Amino acid sequence: MAEQRRLTGYRRSNGAVGTRNHVAILPVDDLSNAAAEGVASLIPGTLALPHAFGRLQFGDDLELTFRTLIGIGSNPNIAAVVVIGVEPNWTARVVEGIAKTGKPVEGMWLEGFGDLSIVERASRVAKQFLQDASELTREPVERSEIILTTKDGESDTTTGLGSCRITAYLSDRWVDAGGTMIFGETSELTGGEHLIAERCVSDEVRARFQGFYDDYIDMIESSGANLLGSQPTQGNIAGGLSTIEEKALGNIVKTGTKPIVGALAPAEAPTVPGLHFMDTSSAAAECVTLMAAGGGVVNLFPTGQGNPIGNPVQPVVKISANPKTVASMRDHIDVDCSGLLTEGRSVEEQGEILIDIVERTINGRLTAAELLGHREFTLTKLYRSA
Amino acid sequence: MTDVPSFLTHKAGDYVAVAVRDVSRGPAEVGYLDGADSVTVDVNAEIPLGHKVALRDITAGEDVIEYGVRTAIASADIKKGDYVHVHNVRSARWQNSVA
Repeated sequence: MAEQRRLTGYRRSNGAVGTRNHVAILPVDDLSNAAAEGVASLIPGTLALPHAFGRLQFGDDLELTFRTLIGIGSNPNIAAVVVIGVEPNWTARVVEGIAKTGKPVEGMWLEGFGDLSIVERASRVAKQFLQDASELTREPVERSEIILTTKDGESDTTTGLGSCRITAYLSDRWVDAGGTMIFGETSELTGGEHLIAERCVSDEVRARFQGFYDDYIDMIESSGANLLGSQPTQGNIAGGLSTIEEKALGNIVKTGTKPIVGALAPAEAPTVPGLHFMDTSSAAAECVTLMAAGGGVVNLFPTGQGNPIGNPVQPVVKISANPKTVASMRDHIDVDCSGLLTEGRSVEEQGEILIDIVERTINGRLTAAELLGHREFTLTKLYRSA
Repeated sequence: MTDVPSFLTHKAGDYVAVAVRDVSRGPAEVGYLDGADSVTVDVNAEIPLGHKVALRDITAGEDVIEYGVRTAIASADIKKGDYVHVHNVRSARWQNSVA
């Protein structure tokens, strides 16, 4: 095996390591999107993160929105944050949550001032944050400091045979090096959930995983809807997947072979290294956003039919073994491992190519999704607002 | 490369294999990712890349094994060499299949 690459990243004041160095303009609610986008247009190089929710939510749904916004602001790929809300109280809650990381964060609200005054004030703060961030430099970092995440999308039978196997190869090596990997997609474990439960390191982790799984399936079944119109998706079926179980078994391949040390709530950050499950939707943008809120700094995304998703906070590395997709969607694919299927290439050989691309991405190489401007930032909504 | 199988399957004992190219009717080689010896199957239909062929007869109502576990139930009788998809298998877990 090749000598291990020197990795570099941005080490934040709380010790967490990022692979990007964004200054985020984070709206607390949909009403503040225009101001956030106004700041980002005045101060090029800052990153507005508009989203659809944040008003009149309550209970667990509100808590998840706070946890997601605070988690995103706390992500080590972000150097500093300007938070803009419509009113002061919820704005302060998000600011205080992010401030625990020690990174620069400032909050403002629109009521009593209006968009134009706040855009002007926020732009001055953003300008300073961006200039300060521009002087931060990459330092040598270790695999053990990097939180990776994985999600697959527009799966087909080639994901289980190819792209998920090399993701597993990387995941096992990352965990062996003391690093962290998070997978999720709760309902897409159906048919193989017992295999995940068996790999949990303790009865406590197993019970938490099983609780998340059972609650998710109960939620789906209690809706009375026929999920089989959407799972497998039409894209999955076109790609040859016949059932949710077949999709799940392919999906599970990418988790590798290591013990599962944690079962995380949506957007919850892991507190120990190793392989973690996170309770998420299987919709790509929702899932990858929750994983970014949990601290993920690079996402590995096996795809069969070619899902174009990206994320504004964690770069998404697109991996495909489908020989048709790597031709027709080549602009979206970072790692073509179709040789596993069509040329008899080995998992080790193709897995090392994936590790090479992921490590270069950690070091700053832009992914296809970043280059194409895919910045899907999607909050998970648990139920209707009040 | 001519020595690369037309189908791959995950484990010895699996009932189905996946086409790694568009496959025509006739004899085709099936390789195993777990290192089991490859076999030949006489394919009864055109099978597109990514779609499945049956490696044995499967009776309607019987479990379909892939990855060494049940991934479907046969919703019709399936012969060795048949094309296998939503027209002849369904989910065992979510019963109102799209088929």
